[in-house]
Amino acid sequence: MTLFFLKRRTYMLAMMQNEDGGAPQASHNESKGPWDLPGSGDNGGSGSRAGGNKPSKPAASAGDDGAKPSNPWEPQGAPTGRTRGPSLEEIFRRGGGKGGGFGGIPPRANGKSWWPIIAAGFLAIWILWTSVHRLDQQEEGVVTFFGKYSRTVGSGISFTLPAPIEQMQKVDALQVRTTSIGSANSKSENLVLTKDQNLMDIAFDIRWSIKSPELYLFQLDDPAGTVQEVGESAMRAELANFDYNEAVGVARGTIEAQVKQRMQAILDEYKSGIAISSISIRQSDPPEEVKAAFREVNSAQQRRERYLNEARAYSSQVTELAAGQTAEFDKIYEQYRQAPEVTRRRIYYETMEQVLSKVDKTIVESGNVTPYLPLPELKRRAKADSDSTVTVTGKQ
Amino acid sequence: MFGSLRHNPIALGLVGFGLLVLLSMSVSIVPETKQAIISSYGQVMRVENEYRKNEKFGNTDAGLVWRVPFVEQIQFVDKRVLSVSMQPQEVQSTDRRRLRVDAFARFRIVAPAKMYQAIRTEEALKAQLQTILESRLRNELGKRSFETLLSAERGAVMDNIQATLDREAAKYGAQIIDVRIKRTDLPEGQSLQSAYQRMQSAQQQQAIAIDAEGQKEAQIIRAEADAKAAQIYAQSYGKDADFYDFYRSMQSYRRTFQQDSQNGDGNTTVVLSTDNDYLRNFRDGR
Repeated sequence: MTLFFLKRRTYMLAMMQNEDGGAPQASHNESKGPWDLPGSGDNGGSGSRAGGNKPSKPAASAGDDGAKPSNPWEPQGAPTGRTRGPSLEEIFRRGGGKGGGFGGIPPRANGKSWWPIIAAGFLAIWILWTSVHRLDQQEEGVVTFFGKYSRTVGSGISFTLPAPIEQMQKVDALQVRTTSIGSANSKSENLVLTKDQNLMDIAFDIRWSIKSPELYLFQLDDPAGTVQEVGESAMRAELANFDYNEAVGVARGTIEAQVKQRMQAILDEYKSGIAISSISIRQSDPPEEVKAAFREVNSAQQRRERYLNEARAYSSQVTELAAGQTAEFDKIYEQYRQAPEVTRRRIYYETMEQVLSKVDKTIVESGNVTPYLPLPELKRRAKADSDSTVTVTGKQ
Repeated sequence: MFGSLRHNPIALGLVGFGLLVLLSMSVSIVPETKQAIISSYGQVMRVENEYRKNEKFGNTDAGLVWRVPFVEQIQFVDKRVLSVSMQPQEVQSTDRRRLRVDAFARFRIVAPAKMYQAIRTEEALKAQLQTILESRLRNELGKRSFETLLSAERGAVMDNIQATLDREAAKYGAQIIDVRIKRTDLPEGQSLQSAYQRMQSAQQQQAIAIDAEGQKEAQIIRAEADAKAAQIYAQSYGKDADFYDFYRSMQSYRRTFQQDSQNGDGNTTVVLSTDNDYLRNFRDGR
């Protein structure tokens, strides 16, 4: 479609050039129009014919062959034997070669100029072009009548008066735009002061759309820039109400909501026709310089958790042990109560048995025999392996 | 191009061209975004599409505007909300702390004729307003303490600035819609560094506090556990202190002596007297 149109345009252009240059061409060779017989002595014509026949020139041959069968400009009194019109190449070459000299264009059937038809054609295209508008799904068109606002039309095909009278400006009304503020990369920091005079590196996105296309177009000098400036201002004003720790943590949602509200209020005050749909904080970090200190707090928090876990482990260990030991004691005590003396002796003997069966024993007579301790032997033994000497005396 | 037509197009064209020029000199399209000042030799004759409060688009005077060619000239002035930005200013608060402030103002030209007479062009007006904004901001903020500059109270400060700026702007036919602080930053260098240091030390202090608190809490948990265990023991053993003493001593013997002798037999030597209760039967039965 476009190709066809282009071809036609080119062809028409060529015709116009011919028309313009009619007079000089005529003075040069009165009888040689562009559609004259190639063999009638015009060397330019014959040269271009060869060029026109070349299959390797698609544009030229297309213009040539396409125009030939239904050529409306074919003159009535053309000489017999004439088979084809000149190629575009030829026309251009003539134009270039003779410094603005063009071949004349044959008159219309009734002998009038082509001008009105060409002008009318252009006018028709112009009117068609500027009065029919197709709007996409999310577009709205603002129509002005001699610059004055007339109406806003929705998506689909719509008609206006042609260009100088009515004009349409298309606005992507429903499309949600995003304005990003702050450091997308970590190279530059967007530092904001919080209430407790700490600095925060913040980055956030503003999503907004156009609620009133005509206000959007006519009210603000630079709507996108305004959104950015207002957003930055609102965010900073809001963060000045919060301490650093709040701003980073719990108050984040509140801040986003407040900033949105604040921005909307300001933009409405401007009658900007802009609707803020959401604010989202992408990043709220401490500045690079103090990140290490913030990490230290984090690790301290983890250390604290570790201490607590260890203490809890100890706690359960100690109490469980106590519970176990007392349970054991309670069980035995239960038995002991039923037969105190026997149990007591049994335990005593069992213990002694266990203890004494595995140690070296020396029994000495009490009273008339002086106990003799074989100290040298004990010492020798002590050298071999570190031992202990225990003396058990007395009653149980 | 034949006959009389051969001459006519040129004449026709000339006439048409002349008419077009004349038309373009006498008719202009004033869009919604512009106000038009029609002046004659420097004298403002009238203003077309002048801003009115609360007007709706479509009911404005925008559209075709006629004027007398050659005698009257037309000049367009923006009707939209315009912005004045400024160079970031370093402001010193009353407590001698420095702050870098960046602000913007929004204004609209409401009286183009006045503006035209006073300062001629929009650019000149913007420059003028910028200068006034900068100086007003410095003056006004310099009277406040550092905390106020950061706090929500600065809304009042901005209202003040807006009022004074609006008074100035009215002389030039403009109306200030809004003055806002865009950013307040600590200036690069010493202020910023000391703020960093303060943040750092605050964080370190916090870290130490958290650490100590953790230790404290852990200690408390341990102590509570010990107390609870003691309570459990006391409850159980308190039933018979004498038996406990016996039972526990038996356990203790077993543990101490047995553990010692686990590695190899006979590394503990026990000397028993026949008076020992354990050997009572051993002795008596002799």
